[in-house]
Amino acid sequence: MTNGGELAETVVSAKNLELTFQTGDGPVHALKDVTLDIAHGDFVSFIGPSGCGKTTFLRCVAALETPTGGSLTVNGMSPDQARRARAYGYVFQAAGLYPWRTIAGNVRLPLEIMGFSRQEQDERARRSLEMVELSGFEKKYPWQLSGGMQQRASIARALAFDADILLMDEPFGALDEIVRDRLNEELLKLWGRTAKTTLFVTHSIPEAVYLSTRIVVMSPRPGRITDIIDSPLPRERPLDIRDSKEFIEIAHRVREGLRAGHVDD
Amino acid sequence: MNRVLPILTVVGLIIALWYAASVWLNAPWVYDQAARAGQSVSFSQMLPQTQNQSRPVLPPPHQVADALWQGLTGQAITSKRSLVYHGWVTLQSTLMGFVLGVVVGVGLAVSIVHVRAMDQSVMPWAVISQTIPIVALAPMIVVLSNSFWSGALPQATGLDSRAIAKAIISAYLSFFPVLVGMIKGLRSPDAMQIDLLSTYGASGPQTFWKLRLPASMPYFVASLKVAIAASLVGAIVGELPTGAIQGLGARMLIGSQFGEPLIMWSALFASAILAGGLILLVGVAERAIVRRTGSPA
Repeated sequence: MTNGGELAETVVSAKNLELTFQTGDGPVHALKDVTLDIAHGDFVSFIGPSGCGKTTFLRCVAALETPTGGSLTVNGMSPDQARRARAYGYVFQAAGLYPWRTIAGNVRLPLEIMGFSRQEQDERARRSLEMVELSGFEKKYPWQLSGGMQQRASIARALAFDADILLMDEPFGALDEIVRDRLNEELLKLWGRTAKTTLFVTHSIPEAVYLSTRIVVMSPRPGRITDIIDSPLPRERPLDIRDSKEFIEIAHRVREGLRAGHVDD
Repeated sequence: MNRVLPILTVVGLIIALWYAASVWLNAPWVYDQAARAGQSVSFSQMLPQTQNQSRPVLPPPHQVADALWQGLTGQAITSKRSLVYHGWVTLQSTLMGFVLGVVVGVGLAVSIVHVRAMDQSVMPWAVISQTIPIVALAPMIVVLSNSFWSGALPQATGLDSRAIAKAIISAYLSFFPVLVGMIKGLRSPDAMQIDLLSTYGASGPQTFWKLRLPASMPYFVASLKVAIAASLVGAIVGELPTGAIQGLGARMLIGSQFGEPLIMWSALFASAILAGGLILLVGVAERAIVRRTGSPA
């Protein structure tokens, strides 16, 4: 896949998006007036305290939640149509591998459901596992792998059917910081190679700044966007970029945005 | 070796207690006999006489072992006195009841998990069914199968109505653990795993075959162990109140009615051996399934 960065074609477009849950304590505004365009090839991080709607927004894009107001399109289609067109791969906080399937078997799961031929399943599973550097682990079972390796396998599973969009909901949240650093670096390389539009939910400021081309800062009650930061960092990012002046400036701005959100409520 | 020693210790302890109890329980008869004959017996004279009575209150282990051995090997296995013959009769009903119970249990569990109306309407009845004493239901089931299982059916299948009744009673006991286990198993995938499949646009049947069914397997095999034991109990209970003359249950009843404790005890041990064998078989199946599902244990 080539890098179509200059095309700047809009992949995800939300206008005045709203989602209200009715609960026993009255309505909860999970999302209110969220307007956001995400261009092809972008790496967009969503950051904010819990309850700010960052995961809810991702779930709306994946058609796992239905918005109660506003409009949302994915690749110019409704989220539900986009799902059927296999527009995205979703990576959850837990790897969620099936313990009764081998690693290759887990990566084949979406391919089986989508009806790929057996030969193509094997080929794609091999290729996706290679991308996350898990070649040679095809026949292992999930419990034989470390937490970080399991999460890499779940990323391979999301990549297997070549969706344009990668939705990641705190994929490294449960991992320790050393493993997380390495996976961040690998994810960035992967993103550079595949040019997949990536929506990444996190509550770690360094993670968001290190990975993203754009950072969406959100705040709770009601869940809304308080700041959108376009990162001036280059696309090639070694780990020590985190000590640079630009990096620290962006991190500062994100922190400010988060603090501002808290003053409001 | 580490496991054998504790087991042998317990077995030895039980046998010692058993012998002591047999002396204690059988001694009154010895004293009674001596008193009638106007004799008195010392303790050392009494002791051997408690160990080889023909109708002891509690037969000592060697008598039971001997009766069991005689029952198993003393005659052709087609003889009405052979425990192999009676065991085979009971085993047939047990296996039929087990298969029936598993099919009904799994079928009900699948429908209860997928159809909300089934969940609300069937589940309470399944629970109530297990509160009714099976001994009270068994005669009714026998009478009903007698009237339904008639005409060409017995000849076509080679099964008489009593075997069918026993299988139904056995299934009545064994379907419940399978039902409870499978409902738990089919509902064991968490919301995230369901969401994952939904992002692939998986259909209902795909979710069932790819996720719910394999996820339920550990629960399923665990429930099978309970179900096979319940099936055997059901088959034996089915032989008790129905005037059956075949099967281990009938053998126990005959032993008790005719005051032949050795017949009773040997049938009891035969059914214990049968139960042990069946549970062992299910255990082998369990290990095979667990290995195929790639769990560490």
